[in-house]
Amino acid sequence: MHVGVIAVQGDVSEHAAAIRRVADARGVDTEITTIREAGLVDDCDVLLLPGGESTTISRLLADEGIDEEIHAHVEAGKPILATCAGLIVAARNPQDERVQSLDILDITVDRNAFGRQKDSFEAPLDIDGLDEPFPAVFIRAPLVESVSEGVDVLADWGGSPVAVRQGPIVATSFHPELTEDSRLHELALFDGQPATAETPEVSQ
Amino acid sequence: MSEATDLETLRRGTSLVKRGFAQMQKGGVIMDVVNREQARIAEDAGAVAVMHLESVPADIRKRGGVARMADPGALEEVAEEVSIPVMGKCRIGHTAEAQILEAAGADMIDESEVLTQADDRYHIDKTEFTAPFVCGARNLPEALRRIDEGAAMIRTKGEAGTGDVNQAVTHQRNIQRSIGKLTGMAHEERDEWAREHGAPRELTHETAEMGRLPVVNFAAGGIATPADAALMMQLGCDGIFVGSGIFGAENPEAMGTSVVAAVNNYDDPEALKEIAKDPGKGMRGQANVDLDEDEKLQGRGV
Repeated sequence: MHVGVIAVQGDVSEHAAAIRRVADARGVDTEITTIREAGLVDDCDVLLLPGGESTTISRLLADEGIDEEIHAHVEAGKPILATCAGLIVAARNPQDERVQSLDILDITVDRNAFGRQKDSFEAPLDIDGLDEPFPAVFIRAPLVESVSEGVDVLADWGGSPVAVRQGPIVATSFHPELTEDSRLHELALFDGQPATAETPEVSQ
Repeated sequence: MSEATDLETLRRGTSLVKRGFAQMQKGGVIMDVVNREQARIAEDAGAVAVMHLESVPADIRKRGGVARMADPGALEEVAEEVSIPVMGKCRIGHTAEAQILEAAGADMIDESEVLTQADDRYHIDKTEFTAPFVCGARNLPEALRRIDEGAAMIRTKGEAGTGDVNQAVTHQRNIQRSIGKLTGMAHEERDEWAREHGAPRELTHETAEMGRLPVVNFAAGGIATPADAALMMQLGCDGIFVGSGIFGAENPEAMGTSVVAAVNNYDDPEALKEIAKDPGKGMRGQANVDLDEDEKLQGRGV
């Protein structure tokens, strides 16, 4: 399997390490490419869109011409896991003109909804599809304000979605790449079957 | 759908949360700003965060006198202006300044040698804070002492406000060279190295096993051009602080944008060539060789 980690900015090596752990555990032969320029996405079977600063990431994706390639990747139905800033960049409506949205995920986002860094936290989180709670790390995290039909909510925090799936895309407002627990990477990228268009669990 | 998650298990200010914040800055450029107008320019240029201070290091040098934490009200203004993280600088060992910055909402605190040293003997006990800290270092033992005190991020000290990258290069090479040596040592040799250099023992072993610092490692101190930024990335830094280099330049917007682009393309000479054409004149600078020992900031807080 060929994994691309979008690497224009953010916690790239953490995502690469998480994928490596899952691949080794499953005995999957995996090649990992870090992507900072156009021309590499097309060869990738799955993509990771890391955490970082959404204004910086979205701007560099556009400047480098990687944004169009990510669209093509999604249109081909190939999986993506987007975390935190990645979720914001992926969102149809980031509600902030400073973010040049990829518009691949039909959600509306409240950037920095949790406040400043002193409000950042870790907590166990129940996630649909995982048996045990997941150690979720929220860092200046966004909340999903609303989701459109066809978007499944996998986890919520106080009633607001913090993990969603739409077709081949899984996005979280927390950082599954910051701990050794790689179950979310496995769920998003290796279990492979995109959610079918069921009735969404939250639709506003 | 999940049940309401247990709020009692929520934890703030843990090492994971603080180091995690630093990890999100990787591959980014953090720019010094003195007011909200500069912060706006920095965010638009693609900075991952801004470092708010009263005056940039080059001006602190010119002005002389005691350099202190900036007005926390000014930091709050900057935080209203931009959506990216806002950091603030406090004096080495000045716990009260750090507390004020944390209360003002600073996303990270730089316990910085650029300001006048408040405590000749001790650094701040950074484990007592919810906010993460970044500290400067000239070499590995210094870096590990700061991490032991709770720093979530290390930056080279370089020689701030000079526009001369020489000392940042020296400090990054010092750190890398020591890590290289440690990885080749046996367990008992690493113990001996830690004793001889006054480095915390457990962190010494952790660093040797990881083959890198256990926290994010940025470059700072004298970075003035896109090429300087690319050089520091090639030397293995995780990202770049630019102090006087942006707003001391002829065209701060163009310089900011170019430094951000240079960090993303640090290993692509063709792209760097195009990037280096854009930004106009850099800060005039002051080479290290012109500085007397007592004019150097890097000896503060070892």
